[in-house]
Amino acid sequence: MAVLVIAEHDNTTLKDATHKTVTAASQMGGDVDILVAGKGIKDVVAAAAKIDGVRAVIGVDHDALERQLAEAMEVVVVGLMDGYDAVLAPDTTSHKNYMPRVAAKLDVQQISSVTGVESADTFVRPIYAGNAMATVQSTDSKKVVTVRATAFAAAGEGGSASTSDADAGLGALKSEYVSEELSKSDRPELTAAKVVVSGGRGMGSGENFKLLEGIADKLGAAMGASRAAVDAGFVPNDWQVGQTGKAVAPQLYIAVGISGAIQHLAGMKDSKVIAAINKDEDAPIFSVADYGLVADLFKALPELEAELTKAGY
Amino acid sequence: MKVLVPVKRVLDYNVKARVKPDQSGVDLSNVKMSMNPFDEIAVEEAVRLQEAGTATETIVVSIGPAKAQETIRTGLAMGMDRGVHVQTDEDLEPLAIAKILKAVAEAEGADLIVMGKQAIDNDYGATGGMLAALLGWPIGSAANSIALDGGALSVVKEVDGGLQTVKLQMPALVTADLRLNEPRYASLPNIMKAKRKPIDAKTPADFGVDTTPRLKTLKVTEPAAREAGIKVEDAAALVDKLKNEAGVI
Repeated sequence: MAVLVIAEHDNTTLKDATHKTVTAASQMGGDVDILVAGKGIKDVVAAAAKIDGVRAVIGVDHDALERQLAEAMEVVVVGLMDGYDAVLAPDTTSHKNYMPRVAAKLDVQQISSVTGVESADTFVRPIYAGNAMATVQSTDSKKVVTVRATAFAAAGEGGSASTSDADAGLGALKSEYVSEELSKSDRPELTAAKVVVSGGRGMGSGENFKLLEGIADKLGAAMGASRAAVDAGFVPNDWQVGQTGKAVAPQLYIAVGISGAIQHLAGMKDSKVIAAINKDEDAPIFSVADYGLVADLFKALPELEAELTKAGY
Repeated sequence: MKVLVPVKRVLDYNVKARVKPDQSGVDLSNVKMSMNPFDEIAVEEAVRLQEAGTATETIVVSIGPAKAQETIRTGLAMGMDRGVHVQTDEDLEPLAIAKILKAVAEAEGADLIVMGKQAIDNDYGATGGMLAALLGWPIGSAANSIALDGGALSVVKEVDGGLQTVKLQMPALVTADLRLNEPRYASLPNIMKAKRKPIDAKTPADFGVDTTPRLKTLKVTEPAAREAGIKVEDAAALVDKLKNEAGVI
């Protein structure tokens, strides 16, 4: 049994989601290798080789892999699958993009966003916006799996895997990268943050999100939002937490002006502690919140910031 | 340009799924079903392409039980030209769906497929990618906007860090994100008109697709319950609890 894990990285830095996916892969039993596909990835390969329990790291360096375009990744991953019984990648947008292509080419059914590994062929995954958990057993000869990284602990660093390079084997592609417009932020990444401060429709405007920024700064938190806040144009799309946005599971999730619709809860209800501030005491968010404050957020947020200052944050 | 839009009938997004006591699945008897919200967005985009004169014909296809016809009618009422219904009572996996859709796309000579990025019931998010790979087409997933640019399709995608623009050679497949557009409501006259639009009746066997499931569902259970906690009086009490009781700040 050999499992290939595909690294999450930005060509210079290896992301923590990789460590978590390695943990999921280890739970399947057998040898775990890591594929780092990108451009100018020397440092990422070196970092991946340090993850505990990894046998080998394969680096594939090619211009077309810089943005991990779906067609290019499909060719690279399928090309390696002769040597593997399973391939796992975190369920971030870039991997969600090409993993189904890999599965189709291998003629297997993908198992998406698993939150539990029971054995080499049996996995647990949320369905219906996390309102049900399905345990599924794959009868396919090879498993193609995307992993809800937040559901797994990160593998440690103390390993010394062997490293090698492989050829991309890419021909002409039918798609090309044009440009990117990324949200600039000094805050931690939403899916990896220990604390997330999230605002909803109740914030009223994008301007009012400043009230959350002060709190996020004090707690070293990432900023998130509900779909309503994104659709209203208060904040960028990539802040969205929920079934169709990002799934987070921080130590602390502070939901402000968020009612707690099914679709939003799907993305945050595995947080260790949930605190909610909402003026509607019947808001569904209070049914999952460990600490609820029924208050007008425009009054409560400045008070909260002041209290944090007082407490030394 | 012919545009194909696959749509799925799913449990309405406002309804909380209930797990059956025997753990065999989610109870779908006597609950409200609707078109998957992402598919509505895909239909809207196809209709807009037709209104702009870019699409010459728009075909809505659904694979599912007899009632999936209602979902096709919804697409027709929103303005699509005609439907294809591949009838099956089995709950097919994305791989089987993608194989059938490939056959439909080839039979119809589709140039562009627009579909939802995921169904809100099984949350696989895999059918579009699988279909594109089987057809050998490029994909623009989680599209925020699309534009035909000469012979190529420019797609702005929603990615983890923001937005990314890619250019795809046609024919191509696009999966719709929530912000691609705001779907219209079908007016009563359009709903009446849709009743006269043709729907082709097919079965998976017509396309020679083996639909044997690859995954065995061993059980479906309720997620671990999360209990409501306590209400605190004010911001000071909240900070105190988070710091001293929960220890998370």
